[in-house]
Amino acid sequence: MNAFVKDPIDWIDVGAITDIPSRGARRVPTPTGDVAIFRTGDGKVFALKDACPHKGGPLSQGIVHGHAVTCPLHAWSIDLATGEPMGADRGKGCAPVVPLEVREGRLFLGRI
Amino acid sequence: MAKERLIVVGNGMAGCRAVQEVLKRDPERYEITIFGAEPRVNYDRIMLSPVLAGEKTFADIVINDEAWYRDNAITLHAGRAVQAIDREARVVRAEGGLEVGYDRLILATGSDPIRLPLPGSDLKGVVTFRDLDDVEAMVAASAQTGARAVVVGGGLLGIEAAYGLVRRGMAATVVHLVDVLMERQLDASAGFLLADALAAKGVATELGAVSEEIVGLNGQVAGLKLKDGRTLPCDLLVMAVGIRPNTSLAKAAGLEVGRGLIVDDQMRTSDPRISAVGECVEHRGQCYGLVAPIWEMCKALAAGLTDTAGDYAGSVLSTRLKVSGVDVFSAGKFAGGDGCEDIVFRDAGRGVYKRVVIEDGKVAGAVLFGDAADGAWYFDLMRQNTPVAEIRETLIFGQSVTEGLRGLDPSAAVAALADSAEVCGCNGVCKGAITGAIVEQGLNTLDSVRAVTKASASCGSCTPLVEKLLILTLGDGFQAQTGPKPVCGCTHHGHTETRRRIVAEGLKSMPAVMQALEWTTPDGCASCRPALNYYLICAWPGDYQDDKQSRFINERVHANIQKDGTYSVVPRMWGGMTSSDELRAIADVVDKFNIPSVKVTGGQRIDLLGVQKDDLPAVWADLNAAGMVSGHAYAKGLRTVKTCVGTDWCRFGTQDSTGLGVRLEKFMWGSWTPAKVKLGVSGCPRNCAEATCKDIGVICVDSGYEIHVGGAAGLHIQGTELLTKVATEEEAIWTICAVTQAYREQGWYLERIYKWMARVGLDSIRAEVEDPAARRALHDRFAYSQRFSRVDPWAERVAGRHTEEFNPLSRRMEFAPA
Repeated sequence: MNAFVKDPIDWIDVGAITDIPSRGARRVPTPTGDVAIFRTGDGKVFALKDACPHKGGPLSQGIVHGHAVTCPLHAWSIDLATGEPMGADRGKGCAPVVPLEVREGRLFLGRI
Repeated sequence: MAKERLIVVGNGMAGCRAVQEVLKRDPERYEITIFGAEPRVNYDRIMLSPVLAGEKTFADIVINDEAWYRDNAITLHAGRAVQAIDREARVVRAEGGLEVGYDRLILATGSDPIRLPLPGSDLKGVVTFRDLDDVEAMVAASAQTGARAVVVGGGLLGIEAAYGLVRRGMAATVVHLVDVLMERQLDASAGFLLADALAAKGVATELGAVSEEIVGLNGQVAGLKLKDGRTLPCDLLVMAVGIRPNTSLAKAAGLEVGRGLIVDDQMRTSDPRISAVGECVEHRGQCYGLVAPIWEMCKALAAGLTDTAGDYAGSVLSTRLKVSGVDVFSAGKFAGGDGCEDIVFRDAGRGVYKRVVIEDGKVAGAVLFGDAADGAWYFDLMRQNTPVAEIRETLIFGQSVTEGLRGLDPSAAVAALADSAEVCGCNGVCKGAITGAIVEQGLNTLDSVRAVTKASASCGSCTPLVEKLLILTLGDGFQAQTGPKPVCGCTHHGHTETRRRIVAEGLKSMPAVMQALEWTTPDGCASCRPALNYYLICAWPGDYQDDKQSRFINERVHANIQKDGTYSVVPRMWGGMTSSDELRAIADVVDKFNIPSVKVTGGQRIDLLGVQKDDLPAVWADLNAAGMVSGHAYAKGLRTVKTCVGTDWCRFGTQDSTGLGVRLEKFMWGSWTPAKVKLGVSGCPRNCAEATCKDIGVICVDSGYEIHVGGAAGLHIQGTELLTKVATEEEAIWTICAVTQAYREQGWYLERIYKWMARVGLDSIRAEVEDPAARRALHDRFAYSQRFSRVDPWAERVAGRHTEEFNPLSRRMEFAPA
């Protein structure tokens, strides 16, 4: 589903990894809508478009558990690595993955 | 000795059930390999209709998950169709060149849906109703607004498909060749009632309609043209005209094939090493498309493969329709015939039609519409060949009347069932097998009965019967012995046990709880984390550090998220009282922040709807400046205290209800509870504050204060029950704080007061609050906890706490590069 992600044309420093609460998320507004950056309990970070594939709910506002987030609107669980719904909602669309790199504690989002 | 190799072609209901039956008889004998064409684990195909209707999810209908294959050492090749059988070499060849040898082979290739060879049947949007892919295609089609569907075929499956699509918001029409719906199961009268009942549910029917051509537009289906010249426009066309046994593999291997793959009474094909079960077989000239006969076939097959006894002698069929609220049952010779007598009963008021067909003094068939409760009994009489001459007069009124029992007591009817009576039609489980398992294996939950006996594990329509059997067999022990429901999938501990151990073992952080109680996930899930956070706050006030990341968004940002991602803001108005200053400040905030909607709530508050998240702290700052604090309209906590004007103004008022409401709210605000808590205080029994449908309500009377608990007016509507009566306002406050604290300490997360009350019993709550020492202790614990709770979260955020919650991480990508 993410095989079509193009290589970013440039990388933008959007902040430090510690700016995101553990088991939490922050959002970054872009011209095509918000991007959500998640930080999991084990210190990994993931970036997705901030819109649940179900009804567009802001995933950045959900509860982060394991490598998943539960949407605040209707409690779909989304796999942070793929953006795809898990469990019973598997296969129903996805929240596109956004390129993200960590360099020396700073977060770089890819602009496509 | 090496195990014999058993290969099963077909990972559907029949194939897996056959394997289960073999394992049950001789778990060690075979090394088992299953091939399945669908890339999934084994699921309950007959439950696709409720999945389509949105009443169940795929996870609900999985029969055997991956663990089952692993635990039984079964090799599963899912998504790999078998292409050929070499009977000489005893090898099957699958997609991708995989070859596996066998000693015994089971073919369970099922059936294919029939596609009518109409012109246009290859257009996009023409589907069948057979597997999960079909369901997904239908659900996708129903997502467009105003989409219309035509279902060709008015049998069981077609009707369930149309009903499901209507539930999904589509307009659906069933087109049926014959002029009676489900004519293979229903007579004309029942068919007519069914068409009526479907119309009431929004499913239209075209009977006696011959389909001629599927009309397309740009390669996509646009309508169905009928022979009478009309065209029914549609965006989706479902063909549900029947199934055809899938015998191509068997035919190519040279096995004897008629309409289906021909088998004997041990389910053996013309090659003794190869057996077959399910919808692909033809047994004594019959092909079957229902689940019950397939289960019987699997038993006979497994008996043959494990050298135990048991032949298949064909099945007597019964049918139930899975359309919610439409009760239809049919079995045997429902339409009568030569030498048959009919007994018919109709009740137009209730829309009930029953017809029992008698032949040679025995029940030969039955059709029941509108009230199918006695279906199992008639079916049982039929299969047992019970002479019914003596009960003929009351037969049509059903079992309870016939057996001299009051028709109103369903438990008595269940108690009266013979041990041999079939309770679960899908899995062929009789009453005796269920009660036997309950007693011998000490079962006490529905799930355990399902796991052991399979009763109610398929379509689930007999669930109430199985529950009644549990109650009947265990008596009062049923409730008490029911295993506690786990908090969530991360643990097997229930809420009560979790709360008990947090206090008993002094667990003061979430990782401590998860470690001590052996949580199976690293950091819980969206169900257990908010629950644990609440349990810890309640157990250790002032000590435990609230975990913001374990709260739902509303409690994290102190506002209610709306469907478009904006928020609603509700300032507190103590006891529903406000002032011109507060109203003026609210009006100014609305103008300043362009808040689109302002609404008065049922709890006597003002709701500002459509506030942007980034604006929240500024909105709160302005409201704070006018003296208002958070109304906690988002909290699992104290929400509102609604009051009437009481003795201040009302000529009927008996006490100062407004003053009491304000005092209660000023004392109790900010407290966290398992679920929301709303209070009401009415100044007289006319009850203008609607206190008797609140979680806790006060009715003032001349002689004092009645304290009521356990009302609800949401998903459930329920009046309160009287807890106690006290003489003074002071005592009223102590009692209300005490009952709130008891609920805080005992309630399960998200369990409203009325549910908690039903679980622990009103008497036990009353005993606590009427004992002065116990009431005092509860009140004091509440008061202590409140020392840390009466903090305005808005003021904290205005002062700069958790700004990260409201501000974007970075605005550097907000605009496209120049």
